[in-house]
Amino acid sequence: MILAAVGSIGVTHYLLVGGLMFTAGVVCMAVKRNALGVLMGIELVLNGANINFVAFGSSYLAGEGRSPLGLDGEVMALFVILLAAAEAAVALAITLNFYNNHGTVDVDRADDLRG
Amino acid sequence: MAEFLINTLGFPAWLAWSATAGVAAFLILNVIAGGALVFIWAERKIAARIQDRLGPTRTGGRFGWLQSLADGIKLLAKEDLMPDGADTLLFRLAPYVSFCASFCAFIAMPFAFDVVGQRLNVGVFFVIAVLGLEVFGVILAGYASASKWSLFGAMREAAQVVSYEVPLGMCVVVPVMLAGSMDLVTIGEKQAGWISNWYLFHDPFTFVIFWVYFTCAVASVNRAPFDLAEAESELVAGFHTEYSGLRWSFFFMAEYGSMFLVSGLAAVLFLGGWNGPIPIAELAGWSDGSAVTAPYAVRLLGCANLLAKATAGVLLMMWIRWTLPRLRIDQVMTTCLKYCTPIAAVMFAGVMLWQLFLPGGLVPGGRQGAISVREGWLEQAAEPPAEAVGVRRSVPQQLAGVAD
Amino acid sequence: MDLTTNCLLALHLATLPMALIDWHAAFFLLFALVACGAAVMVVLTDNVVRMALHLVLSLGATAGLFFLAGAEFVGSMQLMIYVGGTLVLLVFGVMLTAQTKLVTLQTPPGDRVLAGILAAALLAVLVQSAVSIEPWRQPGRAVTQPPTATPLGMALVGVRVDRQPVEVESRPRSGYLLPFEIVSVHLLVVLVGAAYLARAKRRRTPRPIDVVASADPPPPVRQPRREEREAASVLVGGGQ
Repeated sequence: MILAAVGSIGVTHYLLVGGLMFTAGVVCMAVKRNALGVLMGIELVLNGANINFVAFGSSYLAGEGRSPLGLDGEVMALFVILLAAAEAAVALAITLNFYNNHGTVDVDRADDLRG
Repeated sequence: MAEFLINTLGFPAWLAWSATAGVAAFLILNVIAGGALVFIWAERKIAARIQDRLGPTRTGGRFGWLQSLADGIKLLAKEDLMPDGADTLLFRLAPYVSFCASFCAFIAMPFAFDVVGQRLNVGVFFVIAVLGLEVFGVILAGYASASKWSLFGAMREAAQVVSYEVPLGMCVVVPVMLAGSMDLVTIGEKQAGWISNWYLFHDPFTFVIFWVYFTCAVASVNRAPFDLAEAESELVAGFHTEYSGLRWSFFFMAEYGSMFLVSGLAAVLFLGGWNGPIPIAELAGWSDGSAVTAPYAVRLLGCANLLAKATAGVLLMMWIRWTLPRLRIDQVMTTCLKYCTPIAAVMFAGVMLWQLFLPGGLVPGGRQGAISVREGWLEQAAEPPAEAVGVRRSVPQQLAGVAD
Repeated sequence: MDLTTNCLLALHLATLPMALIDWHAAFFLLFALVACGAAVMVVLTDNVVRMALHLVLSLGATAGLFFLAGAEFVGSMQLMIYVGGTLVLLVFGVMLTAQTKLVTLQTPPGDRVLAGILAAALLAVLVQSAVSIEPWRQPGRAVTQPPTATPLGMALVGVRVDRQPVEVESRPRSGYLLPFEIVSVHLLVVLVGAAYLARAKRRRTPRPIDVVASADPPPPVRQPRREEREAASVLVGGGQ
């Protein structure tokens, strides 16, 4: 029954999944007090965007049989994954430094510049 | 097999595919579990012989060959303990995560030409990637055990595996470059023929890089001398300190499964895969040299070949384990970052240049250099793209068509 | 022979409901549910280790979605770099900073309500825009797709093989060679930067022999604070 309701998979289904992941990521970035939680939120956001790229780039899903993006979608997804890895490395280094200096990973405590 | 079921027995397509998948999964599971039993027995005997002992001698008559089965029964009967303060869910989950990762990597692992769970276009990459997930089970186990030893072991393993993925990836790329494909079946098939066609003997650089690969593979499956994650002399038993009974045996099977997998991968990538050192089948006239039309007996022979090579790899790992002392964690990192990575990088560049200037390899033959692969693609691109073959309509569409 | 035919017929009839299942949709549903559910759980959980586990599940299921969409290379890449590399790194960070009081940092309830409203608004916009466009809603034609790994590799070294020959002729440099180089240099910079940021600061108490050997009185050594000592890398091998 559920399957019948879903029907055949098109780009929209992927977009919905991507949208939900994006939202979850944004909320995660907004509410988490743990710096690592914020980082995970960023990963979710990037991943949601990635799903969209892949869905648009996939000729398997495109209604016309040949996706308008061609390879661009997958290449973009690749670059996003690479940059996400780079971003995670730097952000983690910053977090560890913060932890070394403040003894906590609570981002609300990072208010030294407030004066 | 699926084609056989569909064409000869008239099975519906989906049932044929499901049956094939089930049989394949069953076979792989048996290779892992049965392999683990055999390897545990072999490890005991080898360890004993190296240490001038006899090892198990009584269980099951001579040689103690039923020893691991008896061990298995003992493990089943053991009490399943869980420490106070453990994270219950994660503690229960961790062994299965490890085992699943080890098992899933076998999906793309070919045992002979087209004897493969799922022939993936990116086979090598998939195997390495999924194998890397095994570390998650270990990290979870270490954290969830609420024990210092476990946490130390897990942290060491995480650091080690992430570091060793770099040189391992570099080594794996070399056969990919030589074959011009990431498909494991293609890579194996390109090494058909005499032993000189194996990528191990392609040029001096690949010979070196095979040993770098083997070192990194040993490290990435956490075997001695790189078994810092369990290091029984310092960390009790590392990440599985708190595990007992069946859960512990899942970790064990995952370890032996991935040992077998990296050895098999070494066989496919460097040691000619399912092709023996001498092309017996061709010489005897059983096949005309084309793997596609070869009779099934030839594929069975290939399976035996690959299993023999992989087993040899595992035995080599055991030999290493019982003869070399364990490294310190900083020595492990030094081995990876100061030796394996630079050597792999230099050898990689060497293979690249070799491919550029001597694409035929040492022995002249019908090898395809990187340049010709590129040219081939350019020619294909110059032609108009072939119209999509075989439009597969999904079931609802078919139903809709019927309704019309 | 008759018996065989009858058996097969019975088999067909008995398994007809299963044959009607669209397996592509079924697997999509499975992966999509896991991905979305785990993503939501990441938000709802306060325990940072559990969050990491759910993130792993979510990203792994996303890799499954990529495989379903025919993007095998991106799927493997996702498994290797995202799940295998980035997340192990994250979990590493979690473990390094895992103290009991930090593992479960509670989010204030006010923030939760606010975030819920924000999420609902954002989700409504996204769903609306995803559903509103007609061509996207068409089901896929399920064309057998040629594998994309080799074209991807060619594109990254600057040769596009997926475009029409006319386009290739008119724009010979339409590949991704320049972005590829930029990204690799970027990764190198990040590597150096991260290593610099997270480098171990040496605060070693001078050995007595050094103190005696030096003519000047030794400079006062700052005792590291307690948290700092605790934070000193646990990787050095059973130092504590």
